Amino acid sequence: METLERIIASHSFVQGLEEKYIELIVGCAANVRFEPEQFVCREGEEADNFFLIRHGKIALEIFMPERGATVIETLGENEILGWSWFFPPYRWHFDAKAIELTRAIAFDGKCLRRKCEENHDLGYELAKRFAAMLMERLQATRLRLLDLFHSKGAKLDYWGLT
Amino acid sequence: MDPFLTIPFVIQRVKKETSDTVTLEISRPDDRVKTHSPAGSAFSFLPGQFNMLYVLGIGEIPVSISGDPNHPEKLFHTVRKVGAVSIALSLMEKGDRIGIRGPFGNPWPVNKAQGMDLLLMAGGIGLAPIRPVLYQVFPERDRYNRIGLLYGTRAPEDILYESEIKQWRSKFDLEVLVTVDRAAGDWKGNTGVVTTLISKVSFDPDRTLVMICGPEVMMRFSCLELQKKGVKPENIFVSMERNMKCSVGFCGHCQFGPWFVCKDGPIFSYDQVKDWIGKREI
Amino acid sequence: MGAKYVLQASQFQFLFDALTARGYQVIGPKLQDGAIVYDALSSVQDLPAGWTDQQEAGTYRLENRSDSAFFGYTVGPYSWKKFLHLPARKLKRGKSAEGEFHFVSENEEIPKLAFVGVRACELHAMTIQDKIFMGGIYRDSSYAERRENIFVIAVNCGKAGGTCFCVSMKTGPKASGGYDWVLTEVIEKDRHYFVVESGTGAGKEILAGEEILKELDCPLAAEAEIALSERIVEETACQMGRRLKTEGIKDLLYKNLEHPHWDEVANRCLTCGNCTMVCPTCFCASIAEITDLTGEKVERVQKWDSCFTEDFSYIHGGSIRKTAKSRYRQWMTHKLAYWIDQFGTSGCVGCGRCITWCPAGIDITEEAKGFYGDS
Repeated sequence: METLERIIASHSFVQGLEEKYIELIVGCAANVRFEPEQFVCREGEEADNFFLIRHGKIALEIFMPERGATVIETLGENEILGWSWFFPPYRWHFDAKAIELTRAIAFDGKCLRRKCEENHDLGYELAKRFAAMLMERLQATRLRLLDLFHSKGAKLDYWGLT
Repeated sequence: MDPFLTIPFVIQRVKKETSDTVTLEISRPDDRVKTHSPAGSAFSFLPGQFNMLYVLGIGEIPVSISGDPNHPEKLFHTVRKVGAVSIALSLMEKGDRIGIRGPFGNPWPVNKAQGMDLLLMAGGIGLAPIRPVLYQVFPERDRYNRIGLLYGTRAPEDILYESEIKQWRSKFDLEVLVTVDRAAGDWKGNTGVVTTLISKVSFDPDRTLVMICGPEVMMRFSCLELQKKGVKPENIFVSMERNMKCSVGFCGHCQFGPWFVCKDGPIFSYDQVKDWIGKREI
Repeated sequence: MGAKYVLQASQFQFLFDALTARGYQVIGPKLQDGAIVYDALSSVQDLPAGWTDQQEAGTYRLENRSDSAFFGYTVGPYSWKKFLHLPARKLKRGKSAEGEFHFVSENEEIPKLAFVGVRACELHAMTIQDKIFMGGIYRDSSYAERRENIFVIAVNCGKAGGTCFCVSMKTGPKASGGYDWVLTEVIEKDRHYFVVESGTGAGKEILAGEEILKELDCPLAAEAEIALSERIVEETACQMGRRLKTEGIKDLLYKNLEHPHWDEVANRCLTCGNCTMVCPTCFCASIAEITDLTGEKVERVQKWDSCFTEDFSYIHGGSIRKTAKSRYRQWMTHKLAYWIDQFGTSGCVGCGRCITWCPAGIDITEEAKGFYGDS
């Protein structure tokens, strides 16, 4: 059987992380699974976890009274979910819902924060990985701000063709 | 042969693809007359080439060919309503006439991908000029290693060729990943930009040929992301778009740096254009 | 080298007559609207004898010469391109009936034209346009047919203008080819004559030219006459009003696409497009759809266009080149750099028209210096 440590080590998020650090964080980790439609977390709740997704698909959603639930982004294999655990006030900002059967490693945020405070080298290693992920997500979000595929509103009547 | 010769074609079918996009199926009205390209040969085309589509009284625009290069007698053009001519084309009905000049431009280097992984990336209407590549590679599927199609569009209802994509997925050994910019809560697919799909598909960066068509920004970011993964710039190809009037290098409108997009393109290797494609107002 | 003959100025009308007799319409310089332009000439009386021009950035003035030279000016606002690559041309006419439409290609009458007074820089400009319209896989048949039906009488320049820089572009002032005849105008105290040389090659025009020389009974030029004519052109080469450094200019401009100097030019450029209209190599055109009120009859008309308009680069959603800076950059970089990649030659022949006819006096030779300064 695969040990939790081996599973963690195989996730791209911890690529290159020294074994001693993996040994340190494995104590905060647990295997989890989410059924389709099962919520992983809800906006406003305490963010005491983050997840290394092993496979499956999770949608980050936001609910708008007039439009209903809207998917902001989907996350899948080898991606991670959750950074609210790292920063006060440790609250989830979006809903996260599995849309396929999803397996992940969940980390206890409090436990990890404590270990990072005790061992800043570990903290730095994790912070670097979070920063890289934040950059990628921010760049992708900026691209989407451009709304590249939006039709510039070519109007039929403008051309007298209705 | 006169490159300005416009040949009348008849609309056979108009398929509404999305709220602003239609696919026109057109053919020669008279089968006795062989269709000719400006070069004088019988009409045939290669994936990535385009025709000039003409609507009498409105004007003429370049539109990539989205049909099967093995069956050039049935021409397909997928048109998005963005201006006077494309709107007029979208309002066509069976039996209506339009004019065709073409095909023009250079093709995707499909044969170069033989023995390699082939990665196709499309954004929005950019899927249209990619479709002929798939039509060409499917009958000779074993000549290529992995084939992946990464397609990003605005919303689930804007996905082009949706039922066909499903068929391709099941019939051919093709990995298809679709992502949308925004979706309602019941969307089960990916949400995010097309570049995020690159790390979800498996390919050997050293032996992969990539063809990208979509908005210029999307192509630029995709090229950067692919380079990050180790794909060589000379193995990445993009399809450029500029204003075109003549399509044969006489009118000067389509100039993009030292090139004429109509005759030196529209397909360029990223290696060729990497110093130009991000430059403002080139 | 072909043999050189002497043609008396007084015989010029006979030359016109000989050309006319062979079916050529004579096109040459004449005074019109305060400038020397190229137009149909009915007789030698139309030539701007005794006139010259003074040119500077944004300035063009006609003045009297102290002699009665026929070709004593430099170049005016028009170039010969308007007779080969027409400013406006119907491509075809279309008609729709019962849902079908038909096109009729315009059967153009291709006139036989004799160009009299083509300068060395203009010959180069014609060769450059040949590459655009006849040098690739596609051929502009209208241009090609017009080009085949001209008789070219070149004139070596006896005077350089204030905005001339053909020496920098290696295009003049001595005609080096592409003509049927080349003349050098010589005015001595009591003599006014031309040293005539036939072009090399065996085209029908060359043969016609030799016939005409015989008909006019032109004597072979004496050594002294030849020497004098050569000295005139050599002196012209020393009078260039402008100079353009061309060494490495392509790479220089490619390296400096974001140089702040473009902003500086943009502050002065009015994006009027004059430079593109007067340029003898600028070839850009648009195609317009013109319909009658019923929408059943249409014409497809090709017209000169300019990269200085915002519309020029329009794709759905907007224009690529919205700013004056980008349009000036496109024009100048195309002319001096892209052109080299596209056609194996510079797009500039050093005629100076863009400098003279720019209402803001923008000078391509000065602007280029802006990049050599601190590259």
